[in-house]
Amino acid sequence: MYAIEVDRLSKHYNGLVAVDDISFQVPEGSIFGFLGPNGAGKTTTINILCTIVKPTSGNAKVNGFDCLKEPDRVRQSIGIVFQDTTLDKDLTAYENLLYHAILYNVSRRVRRQKVEDALRFVDLFDRRDDFVRRFSGGMKRRLEVARAIVHQPKVLFLDEPTIGLDPQSRKSLWDFIIRLPEEQGVTVFMTTHYMDEAEVCHSIAIIDKGKIIAAGSPAELKKQVGGDVIYLKTTDNQESIRLIRNHKGFDAELKDDEIFVPVTKGDACIPELIKLLGDRVTSVRMQRPTLNDVFIKLTGKKIREEVQDSSDQLREAIRAYRRRFDRG
Amino acid sequence: MIEGRTIYVILIREIKKFLRERSRLFSTVARPLIWLFFVGGGMSRVVPMKGGVTYIQFFFPGILAMTVLFSSIFSAISIIWDKEFGYMKEMLVAPVSRTSIVLGKTLSGTFVSTLQAVIILLLFPFLGFRLGPLGFFEAVAVSSFLAFSISAIGIFIATFYESFESFSVIMNFIVMPMFFLSGAMYPVHSMPEILKTISRLNPLTYGVDALKNVIFPSLRADITADFPFVFDLLVLLVVSLVFVVLDTLAFRKRL
Repeated sequence: MYAIEVDRLSKHYNGLVAVDDISFQVPEGSIFGFLGPNGAGKTTTINILCTIVKPTSGNAKVNGFDCLKEPDRVRQSIGIVFQDTTLDKDLTAYENLLYHAILYNVSRRVRRQKVEDALRFVDLFDRRDDFVRRFSGGMKRRLEVARAIVHQPKVLFLDEPTIGLDPQSRKSLWDFIIRLPEEQGVTVFMTTHYMDEAEVCHSIAIIDKGKIIAAGSPAELKKQVGGDVIYLKTTDNQESIRLIRNHKGFDAELKDDEIFVPVTKGDACIPELIKLLGDRVTSVRMQRPTLNDVFIKLTGKKIREEVQDSSDQLREAIRAYRRRFDRG
Repeated sequence: MIEGRTIYVILIREIKKFLRERSRLFSTVARPLIWLFFVGGGMSRVVPMKGGVTYIQFFFPGILAMTVLFSSIFSAISIIWDKEFGYMKEMLVAPVSRTSIVLGKTLSGTFVSTLQAVIILLLFPFLGFRLGPLGFFEAVAVSSFLAFSISAIGIFIATFYESFESFSVIMNFIVMPMFFLSGAMYPVHSMPEILKTISRLNPLTYGVDALKNVIFPSLRADITADFPFVFDLLVLLVVSLVFVVLDTLAFRKRL
């Protein structure tokens, strides 16, 4: 059974193609990563799936409901954490969750309990009566995750959940996210452009310029890149490279003071290389390909990281200032 | 199509925020008082009034309408804030109807404005008026009816703007002209022809007129109502219905 089924979905904005004929399925109870650079079509896809944008063509089903024909049933089945916060900063954490629970038909009998459970799940129960404006970025994001699961959705959408967070908050948010499928029974659909975060996903689709260019589990995708990479430091690089190149089945290149040797099975090749080079070798390290390597191989470019953070924060600060002082 | 729970959430949120934000409460009550006593007080000396009332008394229904106007518009365009700060998205992705969101917002504006109108009405005795319990009740009822229409209009305005940079545009080019050309400060029939025409197209005019009808029921002079009471109410009713429909359409179209 699939939690999300997308079939030949496209979205055009005045001739601009944001999403171009994409299809994929997300099995129930899994964590699905939607990867790609900014502007690749990730957010547009999420917006279509959560029924706030209509597709130009194609079909999308969430929890078995058609996003176009049964938007209300889709909405009832999903929780969403958008890229920009959608909390009301002038309400308390508890109020934000309570009003959400009412909007999503959580019955009065269990409402209080559900809200408290969700707050406990993200470790914010003790701060429940604090105004959200006093929360740090990481706490806000955790609170949004809590709010998104209050009504026990079948599918949770996370659009760049860790953008703008410091490494520690990112880590702690992730600790909550990976527990979701098992403890809350939700399927998680997340977008990110942090490749290291995508490692925890059960399956991944890589999107670039509106098209899905690769899909599979992280391990499968990394296999596409080939084997491992061995980095060597030696006392005589020129001579070492010559020796390696002359050896059957090896290639070598100098990269930033290190010799870069792509191989199929790294652990088996290291002894061979050391035997070949003798005591010229001063250090050896082996690297397994990362999803970033996959992305580079597929698109020929690196995924941009953190470009919008500082300007976003500045924008937010200006807004906050204006809000306080420019009011009628 | 219309869910009570949606209206409840929007309403309770607005009321909580309104009561918590003391400065907003204070300024919405202070503004009409400043107008009434600083502008009205000064004008009383230069504007001779017929019919046995002073200018400040004539000005009172207008001030009541102003209170309603400002607070309804302000409440309605909080939608722009909600868009800017994201909360609108939280409501738009919830399993709730657009009509309920519009009604919830309209009723929030109505509630908050009526509350303020009541505060202003309690000043009545200080202006040398006499208004019985029935009159008081009528004035509150008309105020809340007016508040509903203005809120519906305000929401329509708000759907056109994405950020609150537009706030001063709305204040200067929509709200203030609406106030000046509503008969609040000077009787509509004494205005130059062109302004008179604009005034007749201004929904607030009928709110002010309805309040004059209620507050000066027996006076028939220069300063009193221009239109029959029933006509005023009818115009407000039509305006309310038209704008609630327009608001709902605008909310749907956005998606």
